[in-house]
Amino acid sequence: MRQDARGGNGGGRRRLALVASKGTLDGAYPPLILAATAASLGWEVGIFFTFYGLDILHKKRHKKLKVAPLGNPAMPVSVPNLVGALPGMTAAATRMMKGWMKRANLPDIPQFLEIARESGVKLFACSTTMGVMRVQAKDLVPGADIAGATAFLDFAADADVSLFV
Amino acid sequence: MTDRIAQSDVAQAAAPAADAELDCKGLLCPLPVYRTSQALSRLQAGQVLRVQCTDPGSLADFPALARQRGLTLVSAVERDGVQVFYLRKEAE
Repeated sequence: MRQDARGGNGGGRRRLALVASKGTLDGAYPPLILAATAASLGWEVGIFFTFYGLDILHKKRHKKLKVAPLGNPAMPVSVPNLVGALPGMTAAATRMMKGWMKRANLPDIPQFLEIARESGVKLFACSTTMGVMRVQAKDLVPGADIAGATAFLDFAADADVSLFV
Repeated sequence: MTDRIAQSDVAQAAAPAADAELDCKGLLCPLPVYRTSQALSRLQAGQVLRVQCTDPGSLADFPALARQRGLTLVSAVERDGVQVFYLRKEAE
């Protein structure tokens, strides 16, 4: 069934609620791509960054997200686990993935966050994770809202689409 | 007209005059839709935006964008690997 932008949930804007729980380079792209797309469609979007996913909001760490070849059978170049465990292999896999992204003209993670922020995406920083991982408010990108699960669920309760990434 | 776009998604076959142009060739999802959305915000109701894309996903994405944003996809044509979309912004 097709509905217009004002169809769906009682006449309001559509809403997307995402949980970003992964702090790897490959795990950071999907929630940010979905958020930027939904905002472009005129949807209201919120992302709850929790556990390792909080690194995506971390001003320093989000520039250094990595992809690990160890235990990762999806690497396009087959890397045996014994080789993947060697020093430097995670850095090499990360350089490779960043190279693909650049070649495909895709923004990097800090640029994607900026797109999300400019598009009005709500960035919920999980306060429990901040306590557990000793992350301070000043460590987070501008625009991040510190919140617990209750505030996010209050937002997600009215979502048309909710995804855990 | 490419057969990958359902006829029902396209309002008319003939391309109208465009009020603005956007080149999204070489860009992958979500950038074509993101840039199109930004460009549309600078247009008035009734104006038409012409967008060129090379991401093969655009053939599915632009009809969906039109449905979600309440736009009219006036024309959609693929030629030599380049998709050309004409989107008309409608009154809110």
